[in-house]
Amino acid sequence: MKTPKDKEQTPIVLENANRRQALGCIAGWAGAAVVWTMVGGVPRALGSTRSGVEAAGKNAFTFVQISDTHIGFHKEANPDVVGSYRKAAAEINALPHKPALVLHTGDVTHLSKPEEFGQARELFTEIHIDRVHTIPGEHDAIDDGLTGYLKFFDHDGKNRGWYSFNQNGVHFIGLSNVLNFKMGTMTSIGDEQLAWVKQDLAGVSKSTPIVVMGHIPLWTIYAPWGWGTADSDQLMAILKPYGSVTVLNGHIHQVLQKVEGNVALHTAMSLAYPLPTPGQEGVGEPGPVKVPAEQLGKMIGTREITVVRGKHELAMIDTPIDHA
Amino acid sequence: MKISTLFFIAVFLGGQASANETSTITIQKFAFAPKEITVAPGTKVTWVNKDETPHALGTSDKSFASKAIDTDDTYEYTFVKEGDFSYFCTLHPFMTGVIHVHAGK
Repeated sequence: MKTPKDKEQTPIVLENANRRQALGCIAGWAGAAVVWTMVGGVPRALGSTRSGVEAAGKNAFTFVQISDTHIGFHKEANPDVVGSYRKAAAEINALPHKPALVLHTGDVTHLSKPEEFGQARELFTEIHIDRVHTIPGEHDAIDDGLTGYLKFFDHDGKNRGWYSFNQNGVHFIGLSNVLNFKMGTMTSIGDEQLAWVKQDLAGVSKSTPIVVMGHIPLWTIYAPWGWGTADSDQLMAILKPYGSVTVLNGHIHQVLQKVEGNVALHTAMSLAYPLPTPGQEGVGEPGPVKVPAEQLGKMIGTREITVVRGKHELAMIDTPIDHA
Repeated sequence: MKISTLFFIAVFLGGQASANETSTITIQKFAFAPKEITVAPGTKVTWVNKDETPHALGTSDKSFASKAIDTDDTYEYTFVKEGDFSYFCTLHPFMTGVIHVHAGK
């Protein structure tokens, strides 16, 4: 495997003794992985990692989303986040139709410690898929911004939290919305990054399917808990002319979705621990939800989502990891 | 000794006493308690995190900032100058607090 400093050659891909391995984002809940496939140029989330792939043709382009692994977390809500991650990794490795990519939508680590980033990088090599693309969560940006994160996960060698790439006719954009925190408000993407998105998309045809990754939801889910992005409207305005846009978020450790014209937005579950529903009555704050050990695996799982361009309805099936 | 000198010494000693003051703010349920406090210059303020989630402190003017404060960890900062210091959690910016530093306290 290359050292973290080896950024010059195709930084998305890390060399492994046996295979090429790329690191990206996994967002979501404990044990959750989402399988996506391209059908007629439209991303369809097939949901369950066990049953979903059968629906895809042999030549279909599929990819997996995981999120919020929080490597380094060891509190009561999940004392074994590595074990939860490995359950999801085993499910991904067992897929009959091998996905081309894994996307991790942020909070790779819990406390941004170098040893946590290092451990996460090693753990990602246990998924037998060539590419794992990450984006940073706010837990990956504690103390020194993205400096520590980028030593391990600089995907394009440009030493910044955002990047794009093309795969099987789909244009993927990874964003960072975890640096511009201001007192008493929601986070933001920032003018510099928004200008980059505009520039990045300038050469992309309006019919090209777009997949955007951002850790904190790119629409306002619950402002009192900071579950939204203050300048997401500007991003949506840039994305609006495109025929098929799928936005994948993490952060809130649960599945929610919204459709706005041709833009479908989805949050994912975590691989570490559940969080309350937005503004959940009797909870008061977005802290880890503690459940009995035997129930944790039921609060994590996989999901199936179908996004069809030109239609507004979504089909979604969630399947917990602990199931018969 | 003149009365005015005695008065000066008394005020000086009073100032010394408050310089050794400490104050503790508990971080719990994603909130600072108390949310606002008033202290004398030289007071050391300690934040202790009682959440299972890490927090970190910052200010808009960068006057002080902590690193990650994990569960049961603490952060200390001694306020030397007078003024009103608003701060927030840089991970959860909806969490806000104010330290009022006044000599007359």
